[in-house]
Amino acid sequence: MTDAPTRSELRGRLGDSIARPDGVPKVQGTFAFSGDLSADGFLWGATLRSPYPHARIISIDLSGAWKISGVEAVITATDVPGKSTYGLISHDQPVFAVDVVRFVGEPIAAVAADHPETCRRALAAIVVEYEVLPPLVDPERAIDGSHAPVHPDGNVIRHQRIVRGDQTIQGPVIVEGTYELGMQDQAFLGLEAALALPDSGGDGIELFVATQWLHEDQKQIAACLGFPEDKVRLTLGGVGGAFGAREDISLQVHTCLLALRTGRPVRMAYSREESFLGHVHRHPCTIWMRHHADYDGRILRVEARFVFDGGAYASTSSAVLINGITHAQGPYKCENATVDGWAVRTNNLPCGAMRGFGVVQACFAHEGQMDKLAVAVGSDPVAIRLLNAMETGDRLITGQVIENVAPVARCIRETAALPLPSQPVGGHDLDPLRLPGGSGLTADVSHIRRGIGWGVAIKNLMYSEAFDDYSTARVRLADGVASVKFATAEVGQGFVTIAGQIVRSILGVDEVIIEAIDTTVGSAGSTSASRQTWMSGGAVDGACRLVREQLFQHVGQMHGIDPLRLTIDGRDVVDAEGSLRVSVTDASAGLELDQTFEHHHRPTEDLDEFGQGNCHTAFAFVAHRAVVDVDVELGLVKVVQIATAQDIGRALNPLSVVGQIEGGIAQGLGLAVMEEIIQIDGHVRNASFTDYLLPTFLDMPDVAISLIEEPDPMAPLGAKGVGEPPTISSTPAIVAAIRDAIGRDLTRVPVRPNDICLP
Amino acid sequence: MAESQIYSLHVNGEQREVADAWLGESLLFVLRERLGLMGSKGACEQGECGSCSVLVDGALVCSCLVLAAAAVGQQIVTIEGVAPVGSPSDVQQAFVDAGAVQCGFCTPGLIMAAHSLLERSPAPSEMEIREELSGNICRCTGYGRIIDAVQRVAVARIVVNGRGIDGGIKS
Repeated sequence: MTDAPTRSELRGRLGDSIARPDGVPKVQGTFAFSGDLSADGFLWGATLRSPYPHARIISIDLSGAWKISGVEAVITATDVPGKSTYGLISHDQPVFAVDVVRFVGEPIAAVAADHPETCRRALAAIVVEYEVLPPLVDPERAIDGSHAPVHPDGNVIRHQRIVRGDQTIQGPVIVEGTYELGMQDQAFLGLEAALALPDSGGDGIELFVATQWLHEDQKQIAACLGFPEDKVRLTLGGVGGAFGAREDISLQVHTCLLALRTGRPVRMAYSREESFLGHVHRHPCTIWMRHHADYDGRILRVEARFVFDGGAYASTSSAVLINGITHAQGPYKCENATVDGWAVRTNNLPCGAMRGFGVVQACFAHEGQMDKLAVAVGSDPVAIRLLNAMETGDRLITGQVIENVAPVARCIRETAALPLPSQPVGGHDLDPLRLPGGSGLTADVSHIRRGIGWGVAIKNLMYSEAFDDYSTARVRLADGVASVKFATAEVGQGFVTIAGQIVRSILGVDEVIIEAIDTTVGSAGSTSASRQTWMSGGAVDGACRLVREQLFQHVGQMHGIDPLRLTIDGRDVVDAEGSLRVSVTDASAGLELDQTFEHHHRPTEDLDEFGQGNCHTAFAFVAHRAVVDVDVELGLVKVVQIATAQDIGRALNPLSVVGQIEGGIAQGLGLAVMEEIIQIDGHVRNASFTDYLLPTFLDMPDVAISLIEEPDPMAPLGAKGVGEPPTISSTPAIVAAIRDAIGRDLTRVPVRPNDICLP
Repeated sequence: MAESQIYSLHVNGEQREVADAWLGESLLFVLRERLGLMGSKGACEQGECGSCSVLVDGALVCSCLVLAAAAVGQQIVTIEGVAPVGSPSDVQQAFVDAGAVQCGFCTPGLIMAAHSLLERSPAPSEMEIREELSGNICRCTGYGRIIDAVQRVAVARIVVNGRGIDGGIKS
């Protein structure tokens, strides 16, 4: 069932643009994604979901489902043997709804049957009687207390203020705005899927699942099943993208429960509609922001109020809130701040992690403000940002000192130095596909205006607020072949590639075996927060160094040389004088060197009641410049080019870094002009790829990239995480470019055609 | 399921019997679940994303939109029929080398679409590549490296002998 270990003979050390070890299986269709896994005698599982955003469950009649031939199990909340709820931070989400449903799509029951169509018919035969309740859909009503609590934990998930410096400073220059972001979906291609195999005695289970964090899943699943954690064994099923949506539990517990109930393997696989309803999303957010500056445009004080709509369950809302408000100043110097932040509960879809995690929201607001400030003081977008650019040693509005490399000004300058598009509107050949509206052939070139806009961002890396999100790796070396074991979720980002590069670089081996990714080794933490290169990279690096030390001790003993004088040169162990040279293969012959290492980042602190404290681990920076063409009559936008310079510390695999940057920008573009889950009174109107628009080949512009490599002394390999920054300031850059083109304010994303053409 | 029937499909050069299948099953479902050809992926079930792309009588189609029983008598080529395991086609190898693969879920569909494009248009312009592949959604890469991969193949094929040597789909 488990994939055999991937045997990789790729040459490639740190800094090389080597190909992925899973590349050939993926292009040939033989790579096993979680939805591709099967087992003899398996059943299909499926979930019954609430059609209402808020309702009391009066009764559930399962008898109709049981009458359908081929149905083997029908379960509800009463069939959950352990803890009835789960959640990443607070356990407030029921495995199955009990008495009340709080969002459209909330699971109520699950069935196992011989065919997906049998499952569909069984779900349709379950009769649930509801008393429909008024939904809470306005986050402000959650704050002002005018709506009754929709959950026993109340309607406010978290409130946090930041108060720093002089609270009385005013202007002389003041700019103000209210900014709004819609709900974005991660829209990974590989739908949620899992295969659960029950132990023969029914006292344990094996789960193959696409997730971002195997050990956290293990903990939550075991609690709900009422099993000790070691009775729930997880293996990573191939992951078809994640982007935050796989950090929370979705189908894991349901699949296990059905397998345990039937004593048979169970496969669950979400449909696209179900995926839209069944995982957390990027928080819709409203941000009011006021900047006080001097006549040159130097920021004197920031005031802000953030309201994050967390939807029905808490997920990571409290952490998203902290990320948002602590990044309110952006990558700019600011001594004084008054920030008020709320994450609240509503009957909208639950929200949690998505690439950028609260900072996307903050950045859209502070970058809109920077452009207003530039106008107010007669400056320009580049000059105002350079004037205020943060540097190493500056303090955040939390009082935390930025100790990382902080090349903000360099990011801006290098982005500005990238050439603007050489092509005029529509290109030299006036190809309609290059125009807004594309193949719709709607554009009249004389009505198209070009605009340029900027976005710059700061992003925290790793987890915050005193959380020790360590990572573990085990490295073994024998006869010149190294194997590496970790629980790091490979979701497409390419950790399996750089893990091999790290091992080769440190141990001087050619062949590295990446072992199966599962829970038989310590936790790696989550593949999120741009943290795995730093954290799991640090763990692999640490384990390799321990193995190398053992190897040197052995070689030193054999040859009567002080091990401290030994080093790796290419594929050989050599001593400082050059008198000894022995290949790693020979040196490790007959040995079984085996070391496990946990990498912990430096400790962080909780925020106090004034939002002060060293709550973040590290930071990365990025600048984006967008060029857009806008059809002002039809309100259509064509993004022509994105230029970006990103602070990455060190490119461990430049090709992989470029892939993260381009892919992240695509998602930032999506939020800017296309992507939004539309809800009306809590009902979802566009849970499909026909109605939720994703950027295609024709929507993506050329991307010009400058990698800023200033290795960070705090990072184990000098490399910062690169996944999130591209998504963060690309969105405000595109919106700023549209504003520049049409000469009007735009305060909401995604920007819709009527925002452009109907003032 | 009660409403089943036996029929056979011509897939990757072989006649394959489909037993006990419900007639409502899509070609994608039958390829994956009845014939064990898991390379074609389902991601939207409505022909929007291209992940399930296969060739039916030479035409690129979304197998999620085709009823399997309606494909009887037609020549079907899936990702598994493009090249032997371990011997990737030129397009497949270019995707690996150019960094066009991240999570890889969209990849088999894109490989089918890219092969189909290069068969019809050996030297496509960048805009032609974008237009032709715009029915395939990728959420990871931002498409840049995929365009690069397709361009690499086009150049390499022209360099070798004008067009379409080994890399083409044999159906």
